[in-house]
Amino acid sequence: MNATAIAAVPSPAPLASGAQAALVVNGVSKSFAGVHAIRNLSFEVPKGGATALIGPNGAGKTTVFNLVSGVYGVDSGSVHVNGQDITHLPSRQRIGKGIARSFQNVRLMAHLSVLENLLVGQHVRASSLGALLTPYRLFPNHPWKVEARRALAENGLEQYADEMVSALPYGVRKRIDLVRATLAGASVLMLDEPAAGLNPSETNDLRDHLNALVAQGLTLLIVEHDMHFVDSICRNVVVLNFGEKIAEGPLAVVQQNPEVRRAYIGDEEG
Amino acid sequence: MSGYLTGVLVVLAFNVIAAYAVYLPMAAGQLNLGIAGFMAIGAYGAAFLTNEYGWSIWMAVPTASAAAGLVGIVIGIPVLRTHGIYLALATFALGQVIAAIFLNLEVVGGAAGYTVSDYVSPNVVFWAAAGVVVFMLLLSRTRFALYLTAVKSDPTVADLMGISVRGIQVAAFALGAAVAGFGGAFYALHYNFIEAQHFNVLLSVFTVLYVLFGGTQTVWGPLAGAIFFTLMPELLRAGEQWRYAIFAVFIILFMAIRPQGLVTTSLFRIFRRRRSGEAAQ
Repeated sequence: MNATAIAAVPSPAPLASGAQAALVVNGVSKSFAGVHAIRNLSFEVPKGGATALIGPNGAGKTTVFNLVSGVYGVDSGSVHVNGQDITHLPSRQRIGKGIARSFQNVRLMAHLSVLENLLVGQHVRASSLGALLTPYRLFPNHPWKVEARRALAENGLEQYADEMVSALPYGVRKRIDLVRATLAGASVLMLDEPAAGLNPSETNDLRDHLNALVAQGLTLLIVEHDMHFVDSICRNVVVLNFGEKIAEGPLAVVQQNPEVRRAYIGDEEG
Repeated sequence: MSGYLTGVLVVLAFNVIAAYAVYLPMAAGQLNLGIAGFMAIGAYGAAFLTNEYGWSIWMAVPTASAAAGLVGIVIGIPVLRTHGIYLALATFALGQVIAAIFLNLEVVGGAAGYTVSDYVSPNVVFWAAAGVVVFMLLLSRTRFALYLTAVKSDPTVADLMGISVRGIQVAAFALGAAVAGFGGAFYALHYNFIEAQHFNVLLSVFTVLYVLFGGTQTVWGPLAGAIFFTLMPELLRAGEQWRYAIFAVFIILFMAIRPQGLVTTSLFRIFRRRRSGEAAQ
């Protein structure tokens, strides 16, 4: 069974204090058919703790996630994760470098059960040919299933393990999407609007969950519109507008920045 | 067992093997309309190796099957760059090209067909089909099968999870081709005569039909589809000349009512719940 067991989750990175950044985006630009989506964007996400990427609709936040995860290639600039250059790495190899993501419109596999979706999330830690061809479903207590069930139980979701994803309410699917992202054993998680569409009690649960992940030493980069939510989790925010960084720093400071205020509420003099 | 029943069951066994050959790529979201071509490679390969080189059946069948799988890899890598209707067209053309090559290959009889001297009994054919079913059941319990569905459901997310989408697609296509070759090899050895015209587009299309009819969500679908498609026309023999018309109308109605196929994941769920409900009482 040893050969097919999942490799241990990398030990959590120590909380950073001036240490190497978890994610470095340096001078990245991207245009689509001549339209500049991202312009010369640079920012760092320090190891440990949570950073928010905020900005008005269409500012390019999800595009940044797509560039970092490799859904799109960059036109120029570089992306480093944990000190490794992933700028030109194929998208499927990036999760192995320690960066995973969730999706704005929850993208669980509709034809798979919740447990099976989580097993897909484990792939990067169980990707040998032997692991691929092990008939794990014949063993009720296979370590892969045990681990996935435990992850569900830790989030109070164990009753959904065998449900088809398509039959579940949005809030539950959203949380399962997050659990799946954590199962890759990545040290950096990019979460695209994790609180969108959740009710207040679900949002509270999510906050606890994310704070627990930070306490475990994970680094989070979160795109989010709910500023109370951002304030309760993130030490640092990066503000985008029209694909450019317009401010960076603690939320309370950034909110006082005149350019940020203009971006969000329009030019008051105009 | 009567000769008639044995004959029908042998056809069923070949149809089951062919159904799984189509099912493998289809589980990953790819329609292979050229399955008859891969069966032809297996059939001609096994026939040639036993006839001309005196190979034993137990050597010739795996070799012929592997040859079909190898062609599947070589052809699959470029062909699987296309999607949807274009992939269907490309595989359709591929099946035609392979059949045309054998039709013009004088060393295996050309248009006159090719007589095969070695023979396998119906029992061997039944065991071969059972072996394919057991292999598929085991495979359906692995991550490979899980990834077939993942790649079909959302290739972008599967890729970001670290799964090699192209690798899984090519593997499914090639494994399907090897299964088709395996079936083709036994076909040649059982019927002792093959001709290129047999491996035509209708064979490919019918096989795709059983699989769609049986359902592609679970590993049992192709088996159910092949059984239904093989036995139903026989049971409808009482309808004489109308039997194919009745059968066709039935299929149209069925697909309109149940487009996801006969056997589905939710069907299994209902049974499982009922069983656990009974156990709790």
